[in-house]
Amino acid sequence: MSFKTPRSRVIGLGSAKDGVSHWWTQRVTAVALVPLAILFVIPFGQSLGQNFADARSTYENPLHAIVAILFVAVAFRHMQLGLQTVIEDYVHQKGLRTAALLSNTLLCALFALVGVFGVAKVAFGG
Amino acid sequence: MPQAAAQDRQGKIMADVKARKRPLSPHLQVYRPQITSVLSIAHRVTGVSMALGGVLIAVWLLALASGPEYFAIADGAITSWIGTLIMLASTWALAFHLCNGIRHLWWDLGYGFELDQVTLSGQVTLVVSGALTLLTWFIVA
Repeated sequence: MSFKTPRSRVIGLGSAKDGVSHWWTQRVTAVALVPLAILFVIPFGQSLGQNFADARSTYENPLHAIVAILFVAVAFRHMQLGLQTVIEDYVHQKGLRTAALLSNTLLCALFALVGVFGVAKVAFGG
Repeated sequence: MPQAAAQDRQGKIMADVKARKRPLSPHLQVYRPQITSVLSIAHRVTGVSMALGGVLIAVWLLALASGPEYFAIADGAITSWIGTLIMLASTWALAFHLCNGIRHLWWDLGYGFELDQVTLSGQVTLVVSGALTLLTWFIVA
């Protein structure tokens, strides 16, 4: 016999208010990052130390640009979830915990956009 | 009323719990480091360190898009000897986190929980991550 209220039964989340979505998203991003990380790191590593024109030409190539954009977006999502777990494990004072979790989400979103914007600008010839 | 007084006392004790630091049973002081525990914390440490690396990568990409002067600063920093050291460490961190991550996914599927399997997969993770690091540097450098 379920002791849940009708509303909570309908919403379908557990006591953590998040269901299993955090756990599942972490796994999905992890699986995606196995090929993405490898495909990103090789051209990225090669472009370090190259001159400006050569480095730019790497990311003007649509394949490298697409991989880079996907990598940045997915990696920062994976990172946000991972850091969230770390914060939840070690920070227990209510105010600091809230600030840390909020900063994590916002900063990951910010730097994901920074990276995606950078690649897009180069790829679109800006 | 005795009930109200008892509840009041319990309320004070409950409020005290947060203020008072309770002792934990010792762990780091007594348990010998094992491949299980060491790889577990390494997975977390490499993950967190790559958070910093990720920020640097995002900034480098922005510098690439912002023109040669900004790019020169970013590239100069990343190819300095300390930048190179950070990149080398980050390469291993990525390789290790990736291999250990696959090990985690394997566990999520329900395989490999026997102690001998855990030890073996841990050793494989260390060897493969070392090999991937060297391979990456061979390809990239």
